[in-house]
Amino acid sequence: MTALIEIQHLCKRFGASKVVDDLTFQVDRGEVLGFLGPNGAGKSTTMKMVTGFLTPTSGTVCIGGQSITEKPLQSRRQIGYLPEGAPLYADMTPAALLDFVAGIRGLRGETKRQRIADVVSRIQLGDVLNQRIDTLSKGFKRRVGLAQAILHDPQVLILDEPTDGLDPNQKQEVRSLIQEMASDKAIVISTHILEEVEAVCSRALIIANGKLVADGTPQELEARSRYHNAVSLQLSAEQAPLAAARLPQLDWIDSCQTLDNRTLLIFPEGGQSVIRAVAQLATTEGWQVEQIYQQGGKLDDVFRDLTDTAGARS
Amino acid sequence: MNTLGIIIKRELAGYFLTPVAYVFIVIFLFLNGIFTFYLGGFFDSGYASLQPFFEFHPFLYLFLMPAVAMRLWAEERKSGTIELLMTLPVSLWQAVVGKFLAAWLFTAVAVALTFPMWITVSYLGDPDHGVIAAGYLGSLLMAGSYLAIGACISAVTKNQVIAFVVSVMICFLLLITGFPSTLEVFTGWMPDLLVETLRSFSFLTHFDAITRGVVEIKDMVFFLSMILFWLYANAVVVELKKAG
Repeated sequence: MTALIEIQHLCKRFGASKVVDDLTFQVDRGEVLGFLGPNGAGKSTTMKMVTGFLTPTSGTVCIGGQSITEKPLQSRRQIGYLPEGAPLYADMTPAALLDFVAGIRGLRGETKRQRIADVVSRIQLGDVLNQRIDTLSKGFKRRVGLAQAILHDPQVLILDEPTDGLDPNQKQEVRSLIQEMASDKAIVISTHILEEVEAVCSRALIIANGKLVADGTPQELEARSRYHNAVSLQLSAEQAPLAAARLPQLDWIDSCQTLDNRTLLIFPEGGQSVIRAVAQLATTEGWQVEQIYQQGGKLDDVFRDLTDTAGARS
Repeated sequence: MNTLGIIIKRELAGYFLTPVAYVFIVIFLFLNGIFTFYLGGFFDSGYASLQPFFEFHPFLYLFLMPAVAMRLWAEERKSGTIELLMTLPVSLWQAVVGKFLAAWLFTAVAVALTFPMWITVSYLGDPDHGVIAAGYLGSLLMAGSYLAIGACISAVTKNQVIAFVVSVMICFLLLITGFPSTLEVFTGWMPDLLVETLRSFSFLTHFDAITRGVVEIKDMVFFLSMILFWLYANAVVVELKKAG
């Protein structure tokens, strides 16, 4: 059983600049892959190659075992794609657009009517179905784009910034929609909203300057943060300086940072979990703890580290 | 309906979604009337023929056909919908041919609406219907050639105005090579064979032949190969430029 999306040594060059540089990864059924990277890192270019819009300079993309360059039509049939910015025919109504896409997707008659009705109710497009698309709000446009992508119930779903421009409620709706569909599909979403990755993705890739710099579950990536297992400790204003002096002397503590005059951030040696030890120490020293918690790590911190260093290297 | 049919239907509906189609048809019929009756001297000629009507089509189409074709690809590229279209299971050929056929069908509708001319001339006299039918055929073939050029140029740029101006320019060049005054410039110092080749590349030469009622294979082949050549170029341009 091969993965639904298989990408091998994918490269794209525009003139002299290498936009995508030797990307290799796979996405299996049931996975939601978050594609992360700063603007201009090559996320959209990669997605355009995966969906067959752009021809790779070198490397291969296989969708369901078929090469997208050798069997373009067969592989495109298995893909649902929301391009960057959700471009749509502005003169058409959502009803006409969905009918057009459904027709091209080979849906006919009653099946077509049924599928369109399903998707419209699922994405809640009923109210705007007969309005011209250029009169719709950004949120509705994005939803129409999403609707046309899932119309034929594709195995592979590629969504380029699916929640961009949506309000918090709409974002939540789109995320739950993605999660609902995740079990029998391979889904790739690109985003620069890191909380989204934590919310919906089972795996995240970070790319910078076209190169893959990290690949793992959101938790694994967070663990690479220097904030991973750091303990935040809030004491009274008198005791905080004492603790700040005492803590770094312990060998299981790497360093200690004073955030404001009452809160300390304690970085453990080697990333181990030290919250119990800190709590015990506080009791023996007689510190009055007002708040204590352990941080999971910050994805944006990992993101910054990885993408910045990659930027400096090239 | 197959994929090609669905593309044609969408494109054709696209003309009628905006006032463009109605404005175009009204202006087309209006200009046809003016050209035929005033400039062409339809009544003064005293002949029961549509010659004065067809005579102006090459010049009318020079501006109207690029206007019909300019949006075909330029708009897709500007709005980014080309990415939507070209990632659907649609082959490049289906997209190129579908768009062209939609524009051609739309033009055919406009041309068909000139039927009162035919009725008028039949009422007033006894025209040669075969020649008139040939005239319509020639007119449509020439319109198709203009449209194929317009569609190809429309794929080169995201700007519809540029697409229009450049298409008019190319169509104009392909038109004037058949003018006697243009040919005179080249006659004498250029080998006769070259002058003749130049003349044979003109829309005018072939159009005139057909509208006189002489439907020859070589004129048909000229227009059809003109269309095929520009559609091929269109496909190449779309493939090259779609990313930009």
